[in-house]
Amino acid sequence: MTAPRVRHTEHPAGVAWGVGVILLLFVVVLGLSIGAVSIQTTHVINALRGIGDASTIAIIRDLRAPRVLLAALVGAGLASSGAALQGSLRNPLAEPYLLGVSGGAAVGAVVAMAMGVTQPTLITLCAFAGAALATLVVTAIARVVGGSGDTKLLLMAGVVVGAFANAAILVALADAPPERLRGALFWMMGSAADATWPAVARCAAALLLLGGVLVWRARDLDLLALGDEPAAALGVDVDRAARRIFLVASWLAAATVAAAGLIGFVGLVVPNIARALGARHHRPMLLLSALYGAVLLVVADLLARTLRAPADLPLGAVTALVGVPFFLLRLRRLAA
Amino acid sequence: MSRASNPDLPGATLAFHHVSVRYAGRPQRALDQVSVVAAPGQITAVVGPNGSGKSTLVRTLLRRVPLESGHVTVGNAETGHVPVSTLHARDLAQRVAIVPQREEPVLPLRVEEFVALGRHMHRSAFGGMSAADHHAVQQAVHRAGIADTLGRRTDTLSGGEWQRVRIARALAQAAPVLVLDEPTTFLDIAHEMAVFELLDELAAHGHTVLLVSHQLNLVARFASHIVLLHRGAVAAAGDAAAVMRGEILERVYEWPLVVTRDPAVGAPALLPLRGSGRHRDQ
Repeated sequence: MTAPRVRHTEHPAGVAWGVGVILLLFVVVLGLSIGAVSIQTTHVINALRGIGDASTIAIIRDLRAPRVLLAALVGAGLASSGAALQGSLRNPLAEPYLLGVSGGAAVGAVVAMAMGVTQPTLITLCAFAGAALATLVVTAIARVVGGSGDTKLLLMAGVVVGAFANAAILVALADAPPERLRGALFWMMGSAADATWPAVARCAAALLLLGGVLVWRARDLDLLALGDEPAAALGVDVDRAARRIFLVASWLAAATVAAAGLIGFVGLVVPNIARALGARHHRPMLLLSALYGAVLLVVADLLARTLRAPADLPLGAVTALVGVPFFLLRLRRLAA
Repeated sequence: MSRASNPDLPGATLAFHHVSVRYAGRPQRALDQVSVVAAPGQITAVVGPNGSGKSTLVRTLLRRVPLESGHVTVGNAETGHVPVSTLHARDLAQRVAIVPQREEPVLPLRVEEFVALGRHMHRSAFGGMSAADHHAVQQAVHRAGIADTLGRRTDTLSGGEWQRVRIARALAQAAPVLVLDEPTTFLDIAHEMAVFELLDELAAHGHTVLLVSHQLNLVARFASHIVLLHRGAVAAAGDAAAVMRGEILERVYEWPLVVTRDPAVGAPALLPLRGSGRHRDQ
């Protein structure tokens, strides 16, 4: 008996990774060079190493580098969170913003700040609590309305919870003293403008930890993506695995919200790009999403700074301008 | 029917002992004291009309519905008959491979990747495919006869190809017990017969095959033991001669019918009455 040869390709083509890394380096350098003051690439690299005039070093090291890095980390976090949610919910339109999870995180952070919490780590933990609560509310709504299996209902519940979250933010920050609290616009539309190195560090830690858990559980995601019954048949403790992934993905999104506010559609668009680039299993999907999510958000931040300069556009506005048409196209293909 | 004398694997018996299930908000039990024993080396079939509890029986194995009473065990004299409820999901999947009734390829994979997911319960979180994993996948692809679909995406397969690819994934699990919930629903005659012959061959090699099916006549031909469910309870159980009886089937299916002989192998075969034949006679 000659058994047929079976090839196993768990990874997308190397070119997708190579192009992603080169793109990321390119846009990071671009992000460091372009701004109110344009700085030549050689000067950027020198300034990073501490060589050059003091003001250039200050602009690069204290303003642009944390901003560009934060945008990259937030993009990576949102995209991998979206990849995990799409897999576990079996819906290529799922993402933390549309599921209301990011909104919940923002409310958690805003409420904490309005109550006088100033410790950034504590605010991030409150964002986690808000995200977890939003997750509970959204799944409860979907279950009450019509069975927990329907992810369309889950998305509808998410949009509603997200709208409620925006309203809650506006109410909570209506009389916020601008010098003490970040404004409602920051939370509702997102921004990397006041990035600091500690914020970058917190975001990086969350991405490594929570993203690491998702990468570790990626095989569960591969099976959950088949459906509850097939996943159970193949040895996954479905309810536990799905809950764990939903929670970890929500917290990953919450960490980005605590750092840069509400930024939608990155978690929607990027995993679909990763899929188009050949990522079918979730481990390469998560990592490739993180890479291209970073690229996308660094570009979005660059556009936010330059499109209507000297005005600084909200990051969420830029991503929505790209994300909404993408959502509609994807929706049409799903319906076809 | 003669069986091979040196089986591939140590057999395991899958046994449902007086299993009762009640879905929330329903007055009637979906399963009422149902006992089914699927022994190694043969096909055991569960048949019955729509809503008789066939799929619920499979769902108790997937642990998607809680048991009201009774228990399910798997194992043999050597390993002991272990209650399924005490096994981790992974350990259960190493003993029992299940082809659930419905499955949609929402996030498509290539066929070989899809079949390889059947090795999940044998692999660690980060380890690659071992030689045993590759061998099991190749074996499964060969046995299910899907070599010509390799390289294609699961969302481009025909209904028949999709069913066989799903069976291949279950075969890749290399579990001693194979449970299939209406595996031939979308298949034409040739593919349906191919599935039944495959199950027959697996049983001959020592597998325990539990088959939920609507195909009474093929079940009567291939299964050694048949359990007929009616409104969640066992209406009849035994070999084809014991279950395929006109008075029982008419009562359970609520339709006039006759039981005759399958001309190919002489097994009992069912023919529903009424319909167009009567009009021709008039």
